[in-house]
Amino acid sequence: MKPIPVEAGLILAGILFMLGLISVLIRRNIIFMLISVEIMLNAAGLAFITAGARWVQADGQVMFIFILTMAAAEVSVGLALILQIYHQLKTLDSDAANTMRG
Amino acid sequence: MGGGLLAWISQMSGKDLPRWVTLFTMLAGLIISCALWWQYRGSAFTTGTDGWLITYSVSWIPEFGISFSLALDGLSLLMLMLSFFLGVTAVLISWTEIQDKVGFFHFNLLWVLAGICGVFLTMDTFLLYFFWEVMIIPMYFLIGIWGHENKRYAAFKFFIYTQASGLLMLLSILALYFVHGAATGQYTYDYRLLLDTPMDPDTSRWIMLGFLVAFAVKLPVVPFHTWLPDAHSQAPTAGSVILAGLLLKTGAYGVLRFVIPLFPESSHEIAPWAMALGVLGILYGAILAFAQTDLKRLVAYTSVSHMGFVMLGAFSFNELALQGVVMQMITHGISTGALFLIAGLLSERIHTRDITRMGGFWQSMPRLGGISLVFVMASLGLPGLGNFVAEFLTLIGSWQANRTLTVLGAIGVVGATIYSLRIMQRVFYGPKSEIAEDKLPDLSGREKLIMVPMVVLIILLGLMPQFVLDTSRAAMTNILKSIPVINSDVPTATIKQGGDHDLR
Amino acid sequence: MELLWLIPILPYLGATLLILVGSMISRKQVPLIGAGSIGLAALATAVVGIDFLSSGQPYFQQTLWRWMNVGGLDIGITLSLDVLSLVFIFVITFVGFLIHIYSSEFMHDDEGYARFFVFMNLFVGSMLMLVLAGNLVVMYLGWEGVGLCSYLLIGFWYREEKNGHAARKAFILTRVGDTALAIGLFMLFQHLGTLDFREISARAPQVFTVGSETVVIIAFLLLGGAVGKSAQLPLQTWLPDAMAGPSPVSALIHAATMVTAGVYIIARTHVIFELAPSAQQAVATVGALTLLLAGCSAMMQYDLKRILAYSTISQIGYMFLALGVGAWSAAIFHFMIHAFFKALLFLGAGTVIALLHHEHDIFRMGGLRRSMPTVYWTFLIGAASLAAIPLVTAGFYSKDQILWLALAGEKGNGWLFTAALTGAFVTAIYTFRMVFVAFWGEEKTHPAHHAGTAMLLPLIVLAVLSTVAGFIELPHTLGHVQLFSDYLNPVLPEVRMNEALIHDEWIVQLGAALFTFGGIYIAYLFYIQQPHLLPPVKTYFSGLRTYWLAGWGFDAVYNALFVRPFVGIATINKNDVADRLSDGMVAITNYFHRLFAWTQSGIMRWYMMGIVIGTIMVVTISMLINT
Repeated sequence: MKPIPVEAGLILAGILFMLGLISVLIRRNIIFMLISVEIMLNAAGLAFITAGARWVQADGQVMFIFILTMAAAEVSVGLALILQIYHQLKTLDSDAANTMRG
Repeated sequence: MGGGLLAWISQMSGKDLPRWVTLFTMLAGLIISCALWWQYRGSAFTTGTDGWLITYSVSWIPEFGISFSLALDGLSLLMLMLSFFLGVTAVLISWTEIQDKVGFFHFNLLWVLAGICGVFLTMDTFLLYFFWEVMIIPMYFLIGIWGHENKRYAAFKFFIYTQASGLLMLLSILALYFVHGAATGQYTYDYRLLLDTPMDPDTSRWIMLGFLVAFAVKLPVVPFHTWLPDAHSQAPTAGSVILAGLLLKTGAYGVLRFVIPLFPESSHEIAPWAMALGVLGILYGAILAFAQTDLKRLVAYTSVSHMGFVMLGAFSFNELALQGVVMQMITHGISTGALFLIAGLLSERIHTRDITRMGGFWQSMPRLGGISLVFVMASLGLPGLGNFVAEFLTLIGSWQANRTLTVLGAIGVVGATIYSLRIMQRVFYGPKSEIAEDKLPDLSGREKLIMVPMVVLIILLGLMPQFVLDTSRAAMTNILKSIPVINSDVPTATIKQGGDHDLR
Repeated sequence: MELLWLIPILPYLGATLLILVGSMISRKQVPLIGAGSIGLAALATAVVGIDFLSSGQPYFQQTLWRWMNVGGLDIGITLSLDVLSLVFIFVITFVGFLIHIYSSEFMHDDEGYARFFVFMNLFVGSMLMLVLAGNLVVMYLGWEGVGLCSYLLIGFWYREEKNGHAARKAFILTRVGDTALAIGLFMLFQHLGTLDFREISARAPQVFTVGSETVVIIAFLLLGGAVGKSAQLPLQTWLPDAMAGPSPVSALIHAATMVTAGVYIIARTHVIFELAPSAQQAVATVGALTLLLAGCSAMMQYDLKRILAYSTISQIGYMFLALGVGAWSAAIFHFMIHAFFKALLFLGAGTVIALLHHEHDIFRMGGLRRSMPTVYWTFLIGAASLAAIPLVTAGFYSKDQILWLALAGEKGNGWLFTAALTGAFVTAIYTFRMVFVAFWGEEKTHPAHHAGTAMLLPLIVLAVLSTVAGFIELPHTLGHVQLFSDYLNPVLPEVRMNEALIHDEWIVQLGAALFTFGGIYIAYLFYIQQPHLLPPVKTYFSGLRTYWLAGWGFDAVYNALFVRPFVGIATINKNDVADRLSDGMVAITNYFHRLFAWTQSGIMRWYMMGIVIGTIMVVTISMLINT
């Protein structure tokens, strides 16, 4: 089996990351923003896996597991925040949550 | 002993104790300082090493040469007596005025006084800065919490002005520390060691300016005076009294104790400018005082005017003028303090400080009127009251140094007449105002207890100022010794006219 | 003589006592303390005076305690008595006592009865301090004390806004003079190293050469102080307004205290003035000008007290003139006589005004000689003395001496004499205009009640004094008695005469007498005999009249020159220009605050965009640097 070239994996990770970033920037629904952040995290994870496969080292997978736990924590905190925002503002529009404007 | 006293005050104030404790603390302080004065009265205040009566020193942070070092000479002793005296009056005057957060109020009051006494006693420049800050912060609270309608603005302004200038002083202190260290290899903040630091003129000038600006803001000298009217008019009465009577004096004291002896050459260089600023302050303050309609603001500007004499006298470098400055510090503390007390008493009765709404109060309050008359006259420099001695000595001394400026300063006395009489006219004379229609109560027993000693004191200082002059003489001659050029055209012939004391 | 310290202390003591217990005692006891203390002081003066004169000492000095002693300046609270101060304390305590007795009735119904006596006592005490002072600083103490008391007394009826204004004007204008005096003091100290009168007199001739610049400046500064207190040109404007106070106050200010302080200080420091001929010349000129200007103004006034006020300015002008020509004792003599008759006139005027329901306008009086004969006769005697009717009045002898010396004295000249003579003429006109209009003619207002003994007695005593006091100093042509000038000789030098003129004295006297009678006749002609002649003259000089009525318009000039600019600057700058500095700093801070606050939009996506752009920039820059 011909191994997938490193470039392909990195490009896929890059594309995923860009998609996530762009959708964070243009989405106003706060849940979609959270999902996009997840996509970006996973893109970074993919890049780690690819790199780990390339140098045949376990570090990449260790990092990915690390990211995975972090993502879980982040999602739980993020969802809690979203719930609170919805509770307070009755909307999921992130622009409406600008009460911290200076 | 002074140090023990100070620590005691701080301890007492740490607890949340109400008025009586504060009053007793102040009285104890007053009694102790008076007792000290009595003790050293016979010795012409020249005992101890280098003219210091008492010294007290504990190493604080030895690594940096910082020590908790206090010393007392005639000048500090006088200022201490003044501080405690005004402290007592400040407590008494706020007896009914302050009703909420009584404990915290007195805590602040005591801390301010502790800071002030510290400044008057300190012998360590780092400690000076420490005490300098100690008195600013409680004062900020005093204005900010118990002030009048515009208190926040005034408190911030006061804090920013004094703090910024205090930082300049800190810079200068540090610079002096390093310059001295580099020159002698001994890194210290000790005042007595720093006294003869070799410096090149440029360094000395800049370091001196740092000190001078700090003290000038506190004094205040004209371009830096704008915090004063706001702080005064917004502060509670006790705050105004402490502010005018004591805080300003720390500036004057600093000039006398630190600027001139530490940097004799540079001060001599800058003297004409400093004197000119003083005169500018005298005239400018007088004109502005005339225009004010807020009684406390008016009195605040008179302070600006009177403190101009301090600048004028301090930089004349002769004994007459310096003694005049000492007198001015004391008498101004009493007379302006009293004027603020009067303003406080009035606004307690009629709930306004606007003099356009006052008038004709003499009929209902003849006693308060009579007492105000005394202090108004004191502020315009009527002979027989303390301020005259001060202004007379200052001017006769500065005449030897600079004639034009003295003439202008003397004209400022006419300005003082104009604004002082305006107070009398607007408040006590003239047709009855609407407010006066309701029966206004004259002085109560407690208020008499405050005002009468002040009247007695100002008359005493006016007629027999010699005991003050004797007390501060040694300190003043010490300052003069540090000045390289002493005006030689003062006639040295002493007049012997007290020879035939025949009071049979 | 050791009782000397009692003399100034007694009035102060009386005042203190009244302050402390004033509200507790009955109205009857108030004058007992107030006038009593002055009476005791007069008694003490008599005792001390007799003792002093019989002892034959040149002076007597008493230091109560040391006031201040700093760096070569040693000032004691020193009292010094010599013949000059003896004259003054005698006049002050004695006339002051009479005025106090008078006020005990005059002020009886006033609510501030005790307060009045407090101020009056302080006034007398300060004046005594002034003339008894052994050095300039103690004198300055009395000097300012007098100023303060005049302020308090002129503004005694404080309800009226204009009284307060007059009082402040008096204090501030005299304070201007005082400042000059203070600077003079500084200079004296610098050059002589002393402020003691006796030592100044001793050292000045050694230190200064005649006419040297320093001494001239000093003399001019002293003159400035004197001019302020004595209401001479150019600081005379406060005195006419000072009439706002009660009449006894005016009497006290004009006769016994305050305005004569200027005369006293010049006489006291005559050594300085003799060293500065140009300053002495200035004294004479000021005197001559003032006596003319004030005399002219007096002719036009219709307020009884204002006439008297201008006449005081004019008479003090005579004293200055005498001082200026070196006729020291003549000036002091005129001071004493003037004190008697001016106190008399003011008290008389006060009685008239009080009995006529506070009517000040002489044209609404008239015919008073029938309704109040005692007042009329005493007033007439005072007026005669003021106008210097020859032979029978004391005023003649004192004024005649000045006239004569203005011409024949070494420093006198024709101009000064002409001015003095014209002044005498004008004096006669305004004095008798006042008498004729107020006391003669038809009765226009009927007096409310009769004056009591406490008011009439001082009038009679003063009337007697205004007549007989003149006989102690008679001119060469009329008996040549020189009791007064001999008496003053130890202190004040004799006037040096211009020998060429010495035999023409009788011509001068005759001329003065003629002018006096001429003036009286003119007043009689216009106001009694042929009143119809007056209106055309009035319309002819209408411009001049308004000008003179307003005291030559000095007030207007000062208002425009000093008062308005001062008030203007003060009002414009009420909020303090220097405050803009800190305001400016606040504004800058605020501006930056708003600028940075704008970036804090609160929109999350902006922040993320910021992060992204920032990251890209950092990455780009680091890549650029690495390559």
